Amino acid sequence: MNRLTLFIPFALCLALGTFLFFSLDKDPLDLPSALVGEPFPEFVLEDLSDPQRQLSSDDFDGQVVLVNVWATWCFACRIEHPWLNSLAAEGVKIIGLNYKDYRELAQAWLQERGDPYQFSIFDPRGTLGIDLGVYGAPETYLVDAEGIIRHRRVGVVDERVWNEEFRDLYKQLMDAANAP
Amino acid sequence: MRHKLIALAMLVSPSLKRAILLLLLLSSAVMAVEDVVSFSDESLRPRYQQLLEELRCPKCQNQNLADSNSAISQDLRAEVQRLLERDLSDDEIKEYLKNRYSEFILYRPQVNRATWFLWAAPIALLVLGGLILLGLSRRQKHRHSEKAGTTMRSDDQQQRLEALLGSQKRGSE
Repeated sequence: MNRLTLFIPFALCLALGTFLFFSLDKDPLDLPSALVGEPFPEFVLEDLSDPQRQLSSDDFDGQVVLVNVWATWCFACRIEHPWLNSLAAEGVKIIGLNYKDYRELAQAWLQERGDPYQFSIFDPRGTLGIDLGVYGAPETYLVDAEGIIRHRRVGVVDERVWNEEFRDLYKQLMDAANAP
Repeated sequence: MRHKLIALAMLVSPSLKRAILLLLLLSSAVMAVEDVVSFSDESLRPRYQQLLEELRCPKCQNQNLADSNSAISQDLRAEVQRLLERDLSDDEIKEYLKNRYSEFILYRPQVNRATWFLWAAPIALLVLGGLILLGLSRRQKHRHSEKAGTTMRSDDQQQRLEALLGSQKRGSE
């Protein structure tokens, strides 16, 4: 019995070592999402292409949508844009959130690269950004037909990320939305 | 032009030079203040500073909002200021930001199911260390008293020792 107690420090070290070893794989940049499972925040903001038009979450129309946070100053958005175009061509409804940007620059960007968005919310001061917990661009949210955020991706969504993180969930949500 | 004038004046008179230097120092101090946020009520300032120290920049892992100069930190500083002006309490402000940026934003995590171990571990380890120390010292004392007991009790051993020492002394003489 006494002999066994001598092994207690060894066991503790082993446990601590295992714990630390597996912590090595965790990405410290991976922020837990506060809003997954929560409703998309309320907002009233202008349309990027039409300053007269006020947008709110009612304009999501009870559909399954991707909300993509983008800006012309965001370099990774350039890389992401072609994939968003092809998603839109496949019929995925994407809503843009033009984040802390200039209207003219943003409009020119869409003219040049194509516009994959149903519409873009113009958020020059980043107020909706703060409500969403955005801390950079691009970010992409999958919102279900009830307006609940179901998934969040910080960083570029390309074909690989779409297949790994979004595709199945998107199909599932579309099926649920189309079911009677 | 103005700089040339100042330089000229400084050359002309040493006492004027001192006055000008003082003025320059003061003007830079004034400019520094201009850069800082202004509040409707000055009593908000210490709370603002305290909050910025305790809130973490979401973009830059190891900096708080006070230290970081990233765009999101600037926005969040403005947001904290806005919320302070709206008369929210410190806890309400933290809750507000936590609801958006998750617990990650709090440098001082709240006690909950995921963090109780973090909070309790130092106290638990301190108590454990104290107990071990107590046990060790008690054991030591026990050993000491045991030793003392044996020398006290065995009179005949003592006599033999003295006899031995005595014979040795005599031998060395």
